[in-house]
Amino acid sequence: MSKPLISVRGLTKKFGDFTAVDGIDFDVAKGESFGLLGPNGAGKSTTMRILAATSTRTSGTVEILDKDPEKFGPLVRAHLGVVPQQDNLDNELTVTENLYIYGRYFGLSKKYIKGKIEELLEFAQLEEKRDIKVEALSGGMKRRLTIARGLVSEPDILLLDEPTTGLDPQARHILWDRLFRLKEQGVTLVLTTHFMDEAEQLCDRLVVMDKGAIMAEGSPASLIKDYSSKEVLEVRFGSDRNKEVAPQLSQMCERMETLPDRVLMYTEDGEALLEQIMVAKLHPTTSLVRRSSLEDVFLRLTGRTLIE
Amino acid sequence: MNPGIDVSQIQRFGALYIAAARLKAMSKFKTIIAAVDIGNPLFYLIAVGIGIGVLVEKGSGTSGTNGIKYIAFIAPALLANSAIAAVMDECVFPTIEGFKWRKLFFAQNATPITGSQIALGVYLSALCRAIFSVSVYYTLLIAFDVVNFGQSILLIPVAVLGGGAFGAIILFAAAKIEKDDQFFSILGRLVIMPMFLFSGTFFPLSSMPIFLQPIGWVSPLWHATELGRESAFDYGLSNLMIVVHLIFLISLVVVGLVLSTRQFDKRLAK
Repeated sequence: MSKPLISVRGLTKKFGDFTAVDGIDFDVAKGESFGLLGPNGAGKSTTMRILAATSTRTSGTVEILDKDPEKFGPLVRAHLGVVPQQDNLDNELTVTENLYIYGRYFGLSKKYIKGKIEELLEFAQLEEKRDIKVEALSGGMKRRLTIARGLVSEPDILLLDEPTTGLDPQARHILWDRLFRLKEQGVTLVLTTHFMDEAEQLCDRLVVMDKGAIMAEGSPASLIKDYSSKEVLEVRFGSDRNKEVAPQLSQMCERMETLPDRVLMYTEDGEALLEQIMVAKLHPTTSLVRRSSLEDVFLRLTGRTLIE
Repeated sequence: MNPGIDVSQIQRFGALYIAAARLKAMSKFKTIIAAVDIGNPLFYLIAVGIGIGVLVEKGSGTSGTNGIKYIAFIAPALLANSAIAAVMDECVFPTIEGFKWRKLFFAQNATPITGSQIALGVYLSALCRAIFSVSVYYTLLIAFDVVNFGQSILLIPVAVLGGGAFGAIILFAAAKIEKDDQFFSILGRLVIMPMFLFSGTFFPLSSMPIFLQPIGWVSPLWHATELGRESAFDYGLSNLMIVVHLIFLISLVVVGLVLSTRQFDKRLAK
C-alpha cells in the first residue's frame, strides 16, 4: 500500500481547560473520500483547521504529504484546497474577481488563472453569474463558488468543512453531484458533516467523532453492519405511551432506543416485527420500516442523535 | 500541483498580492473615496482660509505662527491628518472585517500566504490610499495658493509617514480587538479627536500649558506636522528636532508592524 497523503497520530488540541480534540488517529489515502461525522462540537472543525495547516496543535503528530503542517505551513497549504464552514468570499468583488484574486494568492500566472476560471465557472454552474457581485448570489451559488475557489490551484487534497450545512435540499443535491464528480476525477476529499446522508453519499470511509474522540471507523456500509441491524422499525405511540409500552417492546427485538418522540427497534426483518407488535395489540399511531443508517450507528455509539 | 506553484515566490511577494487585492476592493469605492478626499480638504480650506484664518490674523497678525499665514500654518497638520484618516479607514475596517465580519483573512491564510504577509499587505494598501489622499490635498493647497510648489512637495512623504506611524499601531489594535462594539466610537472620540486638537494643529504646541503638551509629544500628528512645517516654510526647526521627529515616527512604524504581524499570525493560528 502506498504511503497515505494524510497521517494523524494522537492529535490533541486544547483551548485552555477544554479539550476540543482528544488523541485521534487516522490516515487518508490518495484518491480517497474521507469523512469526519459527528454532532456540532465534536471537534471536527478544529481537526480540519489543523489539517488545513493554519491552526496549531497541542500534541500528537500530523503529516500531510510527508510534511508537518505546523512547520511547513505555506508549503503544505500550496497543495490544499480549503472550503470553510462559513463562506468567506469577498462580497464586494464579482464571481470571476474572487477566483482571480484567490489564484494570485497561490502566485499563479494571470494566463493560467484566466483559463482556469472558465473551467471553474462551468464546474460551479456559474457561467451566467460571472460578472455579478458575490453579494447577490444565493447560498447554494456562494457555496459552489467557495468550492470552485478552493480548486483554483488544482489541489492534491480538498478539505470541506460542513459543505452543505444551511442549504436547501435542492442546492444540497446539486452540490453533492459536483463533489461526486471531483471524487470520480480522483481528487482526495476530506469532509466533515453532521448529516448522515451526506456521509453515506460522499465518503468511502469515515470516522465517527464525539466529544473530541473517534468512536468508530470504517466504510458507511461496514459501520452500519458492525454497529446496527439490517433494518429499523420506527414506531410512535404518542409521547406519553412511548415509555409505557417500552418494556413490552424490548422483549421483541435485539436492541431498542426510546427517543422522546419515537421508539427505534433494531431488527433483521422490520415487517415481521411490526406484525408481532400488531398481534400483541399495541397499536402504534404510526410505523415505518427502513434500512439502518449512520444515524443509528451514532445513536448506538453515543446514546445521542446527531442533530440535537 | 499541476499549475506550478512556486512557494518561495509567494514568500517574497505575498504581501504585495494581498495589497493588490485590497486595492482592487478599494477601487469599488473609488467614487466615495474621491468625494471624501476632495470634499474634506475643500471644507477645511474654505472654513479656515476664509473664516477662522481671517479672524486669527485680525487679532494677532502672524506673530503667533512664526510669521506664517494661518491657513498655511495649519496646512501641514491638515495634510498629516488626512493621511491618518485614510490609513485608519484602510487599516481598521478591513482588519475587523477580515478577522470577524467576513473572515476574509482566514480565506487568504488558507493559501500559502501567511498572517504576517496579510498584515503587511493591508498596511501597504493603506499607505497607497494615504498617498492618494495626501496628493489630492496637496494639489488643492497649491490651487488655493496656500503653499508654493517646490520644496513643499516634501509635505507629501512627511504626511504619509505620519499616517503610516499611526496606522502601524492602529493595525495592531484592530487585530487585537475581538469585540468591536465600542471600539470605533472610543477610538474616534477619545483618541483621534484629542490628538487632532492638541497636537499643535491649530496653534503651536508650546502655547498650551506644559501638562497638556505630552499629548502632542506622543502624537504622530504633532511630529509629522512639525516636520511638515519645516519642509514647507522657513519654520526654524533645529536639526536635532528634525532627527527626533523622524526617529519617533519611524520607531512607531517598526514597533507597530512587529506587533501587528505577530498578532495576525497568532490570531489566525488559533
